[in-house]
Amino acid sequence: MSNILMPNRRQFLLSTAGLAGAAALSGILPASTARAAGLTVGFIYVGPKDDFGYNQSHAEGAAAVKAIEGVTVVEEEQVPETVDVQKTMESMISFDGAKLVFPTSFGYFDPHILTMAPKYPDVRFEHCGGLWTPKNPKNVGSYFGYIGMGQYLNGIAAGHATKSKKIGFVAAKPIPQVLLNINSFLLGARAVDPTITCQVIFTGEWSLAVKEAEATNALADQGVDVVTCHVDGPKVVMETAAGRGMYLCGYHANQSALAPEKYLTGAEWNWGKVYTDMVKTTLAGGTIENFVRGGLADGFIKMSPLGPAVSEKGRAQFEAVKADILKGGFAAIKGPLKDNKGNVVATAGQAFVETDVALESMSYLVEGVIGSTS
Amino acid sequence: MSMQAELAATAAGRAGFLSETAARRIEAVILPLAALLAGMIAFAIFLAFLGKSPLDFYLLVYKAGFGTAFSWTNTLARAAPLLLAALCVALPARLGLVIIGGEGAIVLGGVAAGAVAMLMPGLPGPAGIIAMALAAAAMGGLWIGGVGALRHLRGVNETIASLLLAYIAIALMNHLVEGLLRDPASLNKPSTAPLPETWRIGEIPGLGVHWGLAVGIIACIASWVLIERTTWGFAARIVGGNVRAAQIQGLPAGLLAIGFTALGGAFAGLAGMFEVAAVHGSANASLAAGYGYTGILIAFLARHNGLAIIPAAILFAGFEASSGLVQRRLALPDATVLVLEGMVFIAILLSDTLQDRFRFLAFLERRQK
Repeated sequence: MSNILMPNRRQFLLSTAGLAGAAALSGILPASTARAAGLTVGFIYVGPKDDFGYNQSHAEGAAAVKAIEGVTVVEEEQVPETVDVQKTMESMISFDGAKLVFPTSFGYFDPHILTMAPKYPDVRFEHCGGLWTPKNPKNVGSYFGYIGMGQYLNGIAAGHATKSKKIGFVAAKPIPQVLLNINSFLLGARAVDPTITCQVIFTGEWSLAVKEAEATNALADQGVDVVTCHVDGPKVVMETAAGRGMYLCGYHANQSALAPEKYLTGAEWNWGKVYTDMVKTTLAGGTIENFVRGGLADGFIKMSPLGPAVSEKGRAQFEAVKADILKGGFAAIKGPLKDNKGNVVATAGQAFVETDVALESMSYLVEGVIGSTS
Repeated sequence: MSMQAELAATAAGRAGFLSETAARRIEAVILPLAALLAGMIAFAIFLAFLGKSPLDFYLLVYKAGFGTAFSWTNTLARAAPLLLAALCVALPARLGLVIIGGEGAIVLGGVAAGAVAMLMPGLPGPAGIIAMALAAAAMGGLWIGGVGALRHLRGVNETIASLLLAYIAIALMNHLVEGLLRDPASLNKPSTAPLPETWRIGEIPGLGVHWGLAVGIIACIASWVLIERTTWGFAARIVGGNVRAAQIQGLPAGLLAIGFTALGGAFAGLAGMFEVAAVHGSANASLAAGYGYTGILIAFLARHNGLAIIPAAILFAGFEASSGLVQRRLALPDATVLVLEGMVFIAILLSDTLQDRFRFLAFLERRQK
């Protein structure tokens, strides 16, 4: 650091004058916004929209919305859950004239959407995963799907495929949505064979490829032969697992293209249907409900087509349980059931059906899951 | 003066009107600006190869970063944490210490603020804000000051140490936010308890940007005064020039290193506090947003000068503010603006090697005896 700039007052004035000039220019140039005649819808993703996972599932939903006449879609990916997302929402509203925005990451809700919504009362903010309450602004809505049911069906396919009776789960963080998926996956497998156990490894981050690969390899080393995950982008887990000869159950989006021979099935979001419905409601002048939830029967989630590795017996049970779930009122979490520390979580006869809000604050791993929430 | 410069000056006959100091100072401003331009031109060529119009790109950057009132709000809101993050690099740099782990101090500063809110929620608003600021600054100061101390006492490389400590800081934050400090009500996004409403830091009236921006600008000006106009700053610059010479003169090189790293860390910690108190309302994993790393680019662009950090931070914030519109209008990937920032950064580093070697204003200097 021998060549150090030492400015004086003159330079400081120069730079300030430059700034002032730019500010003056900004007054002259109008905010020429390209407002489309119809409805402009904004989609915001926390990661890359081709991540074979969470963000891709929402981007596929956005792609479905593009097909609707009179709708312009604007998208932005890799937007952090900071002031960045607030400004992205405002930018879509002020530069693109967006009247409906889908900030899709969970962390966008509080405080970011809740800060922006009162500022733009004529814009609708629809958020995935948040728990809207009547205390929140009326122009905000939250929606989510009962994807735990999809992980239960994954578990059925896994239960038939496993030879070692050990299945595995690569998870991001021990939060309710993730715990419900882990528990559902194991309980699905135990519906096939009650001796099956599920080893879970938490990576601690939503997107951390190195740890996801390490966790998958660690599972393979322990004799696990079917794996699924709940991280933002399952690509690394799927490719690593296939490389180690394990069977795969997908999550978020369809990952069969990554390993067609090893892919059993997958729990996928079906945002295309959900978003198309919401946009059509808006176009027709209607109002979207503030709190929306749906499952397999409502078309919020769907299963990847069964892969070639699924046995006839597995196929039959998978289809039977799926038909059961489609009838509604299905409960994966039902008594008698203990957590993996021995505490009773459901007494005999007690059942938590998929729509039970209590499931959205789950804090335990059920008996048979090897791992700890802390 | 180098030989080439001497020759150039002689050849021009030194018929000019500037003193040598003034010429050098002007060069010191023009050179980074030229480098900025060179980086932007290099990026324009890159864009042209991709088949995109560089003109459209820069017009969009201007529009989204500086072209409208909303653009300015957007840019300044992003600049607020960057000002303080850049100081964490710039202050130690004046002593020749390259600290690149300011991210760790930002993250832990935020956690410290969140922890204060959980431990003493009964404090009235202003006292709460001051307590959070002190805790965050102390935490950041300890973290980066610790790097300075490791350097002074154990000879540990401060660049590597600060970077690795940033990873440890993020892991520590996750551990605390998901464990000891977790608000049980924060289900799917583990966070500390929400700050009391009176502890929240609001916006500067009429600007739409939180008070962290004002604090950042004041901190930049104060840092400039400290470095350029006080004996401590003078001593720090001597240490930065030549540690051995400074020690022979009796300057406390070690204490200065610890003090300046701690001060830089304290500023970064404050940035974390503003993120919690003005943006998020609680401490959580969103604190690790990369401001500490962008701060490195800004500090180098500003050549570690407190005053120059202000326009440099605003420029980079403007680049980032435009990232969204660039994605939406030109169908370019989100990394586009990062590539631009990288090219500008490389051009600036290259221009550093030209400083004082390439005396292009020497012909304007007054004849000397």
